[in-house]
Amino acid sequence: MSLHELLIAPFADYAFMQRALAGSLLLSLSACPVGVFLMLRRMSLAGDAMAHAILPGAAAGFVLFGLELVPMTLGGLIAGLIVAILAGAVSRLTLQREDASLAAFYLISLALGVLLVSLRGSSVDLMHVLFGTVLALNDQALALIGIITASTLAALLLIWRALVAECLDPLFLRSVSGAGPIVHFIFLILVVLNLVGGFTALGTLLSVGLMILPAASARFWMTRAFPMCVFAVALGAASSIAGLLISYHLGIASGPAIILTAGAFYLASMVGGRRGLIGSSLTRHRHRAA
Amino acid sequence: MNACLKFDDLTLGYENHPAVHHLNGSLAHGSLTAVVGPNGSGKSTLLKGIVGVIKPMAGFIEHHSGCRMAYLPQHSEIDRYFPARVLDLVALGLWPKRGMLKRFTASDDESIEAALSAVGLEGFRDRSIDTLSGGQLQRTLFARVLLQDADLILLDEPFNAIDQRTLSDLVELIHRWHGEKRTVVVVLHDLELVRTHFPETLLLARQPVAWGKTQDVLMPSNLLKARQFHEAWDDHAPWCEPGAAA
Repeated sequence: MSLHELLIAPFADYAFMQRALAGSLLLSLSACPVGVFLMLRRMSLAGDAMAHAILPGAAAGFVLFGLELVPMTLGGLIAGLIVAILAGAVSRLTLQREDASLAAFYLISLALGVLLVSLRGSSVDLMHVLFGTVLALNDQALALIGIITASTLAALLLIWRALVAECLDPLFLRSVSGAGPIVHFIFLILVVLNLVGGFTALGTLLSVGLMILPAASARFWMTRAFPMCVFAVALGAASSIAGLLISYHLGIASGPAIILTAGAFYLASMVGGRRGLIGSSLTRHRHRAA
Repeated sequence: MNACLKFDDLTLGYENHPAVHHLNGSLAHGSLTAVVGPNGSGKSTLLKGIVGVIKPMAGFIEHHSGCRMAYLPQHSEIDRYFPARVLDLVALGLWPKRGMLKRFTASDDESIEAALSAVGLEGFRDRSIDTLSGGQLQRTLFARVLLQDADLILLDEPFNAIDQRTLSDLVELIHRWHGEKRTVVVVLHDLELVRTHFPETLLLARQPVAWGKTQDVLMPSNLLKARQFHEAWDDHAPWCEPGAAA
């Protein structure tokens, strides 16, 4: 098999592969920086919780309208936003921490979602909702992902300084500006948007993977937030391309192939990254005079 | 004497119990005031109330319009795991000037350098914050206060974990702010330091015990009174009626 057949031909010859590539690259561009901030705020698992929270909305859309993109997406968006806003509000207005209130709401939401899917539809449909399929991206889905990417990047640029301040020293931000809570909510909305964008391609459960794995890998290489985001995007894009090719050549499901590739990058970074296992143990025993 | 801040029957506290009880009075423009008192006497709570991090249970605080505040808390909420350099932390002090969106300019760069050298942290610009010692972090935060260019500066036990040499540098900085006619309020425990450097003192023991010229406030009789205050909450204490002075 020539290099062309191995790397180029699958994308050049098949429109569905081109769409899958475009969709997953766009997703990497917006979900990975969001993932970096999730990780830096110690909210990596909150991304997972949020993905579960989206399920009942998507399921309601599915129960009412069948396997249709628009109602399922809107449903997921609404459910995700309700959970994000409730969890955020409870943690700001009461003494309960955000992780606990988020866990409470996502569990309620998840149970509702499973109940809704079980009311109608076979387990095949459930598999589709949970795990999506990047190869089935239609024009509508691609346009949706494009809009989500553009608005995420624009929002991140706008709130960057405030988001960094809110992560680095929230009490300081409160003492000079009322922007903190607003920035936090905008950030949660971005998380929901990107998970919803990802679920048509990767499914509700795997869309978190593209958000968190490249971000967590980037922590082993970079020491500052912006380079970390750039690195995470690059890793996400590489995982998308490699994952799609592997899925094409081996005939395996595309979503898991992409996420497992990102997982392989994570393991490699953990071991070989500049601040990974080997990197930190190599430099540990050397020191300068001052 | 025009007031920078006015307290009108101010009560601040937690869970229906007062931490600062019925405080009246005002802070003059350009005054340099130490706030002293035993543990739990409401010193930090007062600063939090002035910044607005906690809201009054009764009474109110009147701010002079357009008054810019800088606040150095006793326990910061800085996340030292966040990948930031000293520069990034200090540059937050430009927030009042540049806000969320305006670009930093070359003159901002210069003022950051000047602030770092004023606290003796030349060469620390690019150090990552998770490698700073407690005292170095405190000096970084002083540099940030400098950059904030505030009219009212509130420092809560700013000299914890600070060595002698740095202490005199930082006290010098406070005098400089005083000389620039900024209003400065500092929570302190070291009464010697207060006597030497602070013209005004507020002695708190939940209620204000005395407030005025330092030598008058730090009289043995006042200090004794402050020491006798009962720190624990009383769950059976009667409710304070609005307007009733204690």
